[in-house]
Amino acid sequence: MQSSDVAQIANLAKLAADASELDQYASELTDIFAMVADMNACDTSAIEPLAHPLELTQRLRPDDATEPDRRELFQSIAPMTKDGFYLVPRVIE
Amino acid sequence: MIDQTLGEPIAELAARLRRREFSSRELTAEFLARIERHEPLLNSFITVTPETALAAADAADQQLARDAGGPLTGVPIAHKDIFCTKGVRTSCASRMLNDFIAPYNATVVNRLQDAGAISLGKTNMDEFAMGSSNETSWYGPVKNPWDPTRVPGGSSGGSAAAVAAGLCMAATGTDTGGSIRQPAAFCGLTGIKPTYGRCSRWGMIAFASSLDQAGVLARNAADAALILRAMAGFDPYDSTSADEPVPDYQADLNAPLQGLRIGLPKEFMNPELDTRIAAAVEDAIKLLRQQGAQLKEISLPNSALSVPAYYVVAPAECSSNLARFDGVRYGHRAADPADLDDLYKRSRGEGFGPEVKRRIMIGTYVLSAGYYDAYYRKAQQIRRLIKQDFQRAFAEVDVILGPTAPTTAFALGAKTADPVAMYLNDIYTISANLAGLPGMSVPIAPVGGLPVGLQLIGDYFAEARLLNVAHQLQQVSDWHLARPEQAH
Repeated sequence: MQSSDVAQIANLAKLAADASELDQYASELTDIFAMVADMNACDTSAIEPLAHPLELTQRLRPDDATEPDRRELFQSIAPMTKDGFYLVPRVIE
Repeated sequence: MIDQTLGEPIAELAARLRRREFSSRELTAEFLARIERHEPLLNSFITVTPETALAAADAADQQLARDAGGPLTGVPIAHKDIFCTKGVRTSCASRMLNDFIAPYNATVVNRLQDAGAISLGKTNMDEFAMGSSNETSWYGPVKNPWDPTRVPGGSSGGSAAAVAAGLCMAATGTDTGGSIRQPAAFCGLTGIKPTYGRCSRWGMIAFASSLDQAGVLARNAADAALILRAMAGFDPYDSTSADEPVPDYQADLNAPLQGLRIGLPKEFMNPELDTRIAAAVEDAIKLLRQQGAQLKEISLPNSALSVPAYYVVAPAECSSNLARFDGVRYGHRAADPADLDDLYKRSRGEGFGPEVKRRIMIGTYVLSAGYYDAYYRKAQQIRRLIKQDFQRAFAEVDVILGPTAPTTAFALGAKTADPVAMYLNDIYTISANLAGLPGMSVPIAPVGGLPVGLQLIGDYFAEARLLNVAHQLQQVSDWHLARPEQAH
C-alpha cells in the first residue's frame, strides 16, 4: 500500500492527514492487510456469509410517533445552530 | 470499619448498608477519598462526579431508612466512559467528545441506577474502545495497579484498574473483541461479556454494532452475577436487543459441577502460549475436575482466522458508525473551515487519534468498490465457520475453557509501535465476539507476581452456567482474593 492509496482512502473517509502521517499509515496498513490476507488460505466458496451472530432479522415496530420533540435539547450541544438549523460553511454560492 | 468491608462481596456490603452499620454517604465518601488518593498514579477515571454521587448516596440512605430500594441500593460503582450519562461528560476517551455532555442515560446506566447503584464517575478507556492496552485514550494511559509500569489491558482498562485498586465495588465495561475479559485477566478480576444482545446497546457509543456487548468487571463471580442481572434484559430502544427473560444468576451460583463437561480447545493450548500460563490453566482445571467436572479435548479449527476476520468486520462497522462524527451536530469542530469538505476533514482529523483513524481507513478500504467480496464478504464467511466450530463443540461440552490472553500485562509502550502485535493479544477472546457467545475471565494462579485469567466460553444465553463454574472455582481457591499493593 502506497501513500497515494492512503491519501485516496483518507479522502473517502473524510480524514485530514499530512504527508508524514500518510507514510506512517501506508506502512501500518500494509502490515495489517498482510495479516488479514491469512483469510485467503481458507476455502469459503460454499459458505453463506454471517452478518448477525444470532441470525435474527431486524425487529420492526409500528410507524407511530413515540418520542417527544427534543430538538432544543439536542441542538444545545451542537457547535453552531441558528433558528433551529445546524450551521455549516456556505455550500452553494 | 468501612475499609475492612471493601473486600467483601457486594451482597454482604448491601446487607450492611441495609442494617445501617454505616451509611451510603459514608461509604461513597470513603470511595471518593480513595479515588483522590490513587488517581494521580493510576489515571483510571476521566471524570469523577463527587457531588452527584453524594447526592445519590443521600437519596439511597433515605430509601434504606424506610426499608425501600433495590439489591444495589447505596453501592458505589463506576461506568466506562462509553456509556451516555445525562448531564455528565461522555467522552469515549476521544478529543472528538471532550466537550460532549450526554443528553440522556444509556439503558444500562438507567437500569443500574434503578437497582440503586451510586455512580462515582466515568472510567478511562481506549479511544472509542479501540485498543487492548488503554494507551489510545486522549486522556493518557491507565496504569495497572499491580505494576504501574504495565498496562491494565483494554479497552475497559480504566474500569479494570479502578475495581482492582478498590476505587469502586464494580464497574461497567464493553467487549467488542475482548475488552472486558483481557483487562479483567491483566488486573486479577472477574469479568463477564454476556451473549450478544443480552444487555442493551442503547446509549452505548457504537464501535462495531454486530460485536459490541456491555458487561461487568467485578472482584468475584457473585458480584458479577448481581450486577449483570440488574443490567441485562430486553430494551425496545435497541433493535438488536434479545427478547429473552433474564434468569436469577445468583440462584444458580451454587449448583454442583458434578458431570459438567469442560472442553479444552487444542488450538488455545498451543506451543506459543507461555508455559507458565498454560500451567496455571491446568491447575484451575484440576480444581474443577476435583469437583466432578469431566475434561475433553476439543478443536476450534478456524480460531486462528478470528483475528484476520475481526480486523475486517470491526473496522468496516467502525467506519460506518463513526461517520456520524462530522463536526456539525455535536462533538469537535475545526476552527474557521474553508468549506464543508474542510470542516469534515479537519474536524475528524483533529478529533480522532491515530488508532481510530487507522481503523476507519481499514474499514473504508474493505468496503470500497471492488474490494467488498475479497474482504468483507470473505470475513463474514469465516465468521460463520467460527460460529459452526463452536456449535459443534457445544454439542459435546457445556463450557469451553482456556487462557484469556497469551501473556500477562505487558509494559507500557511495548506494543504501541506495532499494531499487528497489539491486535494478536486478543487471539483467544475475539472468536466469542464473532460468534456472539458469552465469555468470562476469572483470576487463576499468578505468573511473576502478575494476574492471569482463565477464560470460560458458554453457549448462547448460558451466562448462568459460566457464573456458576466461576463461583464454584472461587469456593475452592483464593486467587480472586489477592489485592495489589495499590488497593491498601
